[in-house]
Amino acid sequence: MTDDILVVENLAKRHGAVEALTDVSLSLAPGQRLALLGHNGAGKTTLIKLALGLIAPTGGRITVAGARPGTHAARAATAYLPESVAFHPALTGREQLALFVRLAGEPTRVCGPLLERVGLAHAADRRIRTYSKGMRQRLGIAQAMLGRPRLALLDEPASGLDPVSRHDLYALIDGLAREGTAVLIASHALTEVEARTDRIAILSAGRLVAHDTLAGLRARAAMPIRLRLTARDGAADEVQARLGGERINGAAVEILCAPQEKMDTLGRIAALGPLVADLDVTPPGLEALYRHYSGEDRT
Amino acid sequence: MIRRILAIAGIEACIAMRNRWVLTATAIMLMFALALTFAGSAPTGSLGVDLLTVSVASMTTLSVYLAPLLALMLAFDALAGEAERGGLALILSYPVSRGEILAGKGLAHLGVLAFAMTAGFGAAGGAAAMAGGAGNDSLMALARLIGSSILLGAVFLALGYAVSALAGSSAGAAAMAAGLWLLAVVLYDLGLLGAVVWSGDGAFTREVFPWMLAANPADAFRLWNVAASEGVALASGMGGAAAALPGWAAPISLILWPLAALGLARAAFGRMEP
Repeated sequence: MTDDILVVENLAKRHGAVEALTDVSLSLAPGQRLALLGHNGAGKTTLIKLALGLIAPTGGRITVAGARPGTHAARAATAYLPESVAFHPALTGREQLALFVRLAGEPTRVCGPLLERVGLAHAADRRIRTYSKGMRQRLGIAQAMLGRPRLALLDEPASGLDPVSRHDLYALIDGLAREGTAVLIASHALTEVEARTDRIAILSAGRLVAHDTLAGLRARAAMPIRLRLTARDGAADEVQARLGGERINGAAVEILCAPQEKMDTLGRIAALGPLVADLDVTPPGLEALYRHYSGEDRT
Repeated sequence: MIRRILAIAGIEACIAMRNRWVLTATAIMLMFALALTFAGSAPTGSLGVDLLTVSVASMTTLSVYLAPLLALMLAFDALAGEAERGGLALILSYPVSRGEILAGKGLAHLGVLAFAMTAGFGAAGGAAAMAGGAGNDSLMALARLIGSSILLGAVFLALGYAVSALAGSSAGAAAMAAGLWLLAVVLYDLGLLGAVVWSGDGAFTREVFPWMLAANPADAFRLWNVAASEGVALASGMGGAAAALPGWAAPISLILWPLAALGLARAAFGRMEP
């Protein structure tokens, strides 16, 4: 599609003998939010640096707003929030933001409203040295929102933030997306991305192993549902003998069953009557889903 | 382009002031220059030159060591440190070229150096002139000293940026900068001295040695200040090598060096992957 802001085609990056990225293809349309997941070292930051034009690919193609990354046009269209931003501690928030405003070619009067929007107006004239981690991240978001970017690349935006700051951060990101910015959020854990992302891409050892909506990922993974039964005193052996599954400790049995077998299994459990004291049903969580796609549970 | 260079220069100047770099550099220059001027005031009568001339000669020797040192200390962390903090990648995500970043930082740092040199040498020179008199010649020598010190500083600022881009880490850049300083202002001269002793009055001492002196920016600085003023040459005892060279050699070397070093720094920065 021609109106995609970020287009990645068969992208590859090799550092010496190490394949940092292999044959990665994905695209991002205006207003779309993509979560890019993967372990540390899976290639997320490499992909972002390629999109910024800081490094050159060894294979494939990548375009930002129709231009080659690193060109004036591509950089003008892109906002970036590095992982754990370290601004200069001797500057005030307003001074640091003013530098980015000038580099972006915007008038400096946008500084005030922008700092207000990220909730930093009260600390604008304090040294960044005195800022908390959350405040520094807000300043990072403020510079990323400068000049209505068409593409925002956010590297671990929520790392190290408390739940309240994280919620505020995701609200700001949602605001960006509503204004038409294509947002890419890189993170090392699915649970970090509580924001309502539209699609999820999972990188594992430099390869794209999944690229779908959350519902799509769930359906495709067909991961088992976990049933945990607590047996009455002394009945655990009999429960295991009649239902199968695995003994967890003295009194509990765990059964994994496919989604379509769930009701059958529940029926059989109900038939055991007084042998069963309690029952927990756990659908596959986000974390388990992520582990499934990144290949961690196939050992 | 100018707008972006000035934006970076402005922020760097602000940082230099907040870090008390401007204050430190100026205090160091002022202290050494004043101390040398008054400690070195003894030979005035015997040489028959005014106190300012003697003072300029001593301060020339001081500047050979201090200008490269201050410049390297300002410059070594400029790129490596910022890359380590992650700030360089962020700046480079804006529509600003690497050349503009380098120019902005260079402008600010050169401003700091120029201020420190002018304040330090100017104050010491002024004090010497008041205490022991000054002629047109010695005032010219003082102006030349300040101007050429700034040029010498510019050379090592640019070399410092090159080191900063090549080293990859802040600590590595510091080590490389220290090595560079030692090589350029101490070991190079020692090596030449050894070669001169070995050659005696041979072809090397007469033909090659002066040119090798002029090729090193620190020695070119010394030669220029010495050759241009008879009084200073007399007071510093470096007239021999200066006389063997055409008058333009040292100034040309000191003017070409900053440009070459800046080109080197730009090339090194271009290869850096932040």
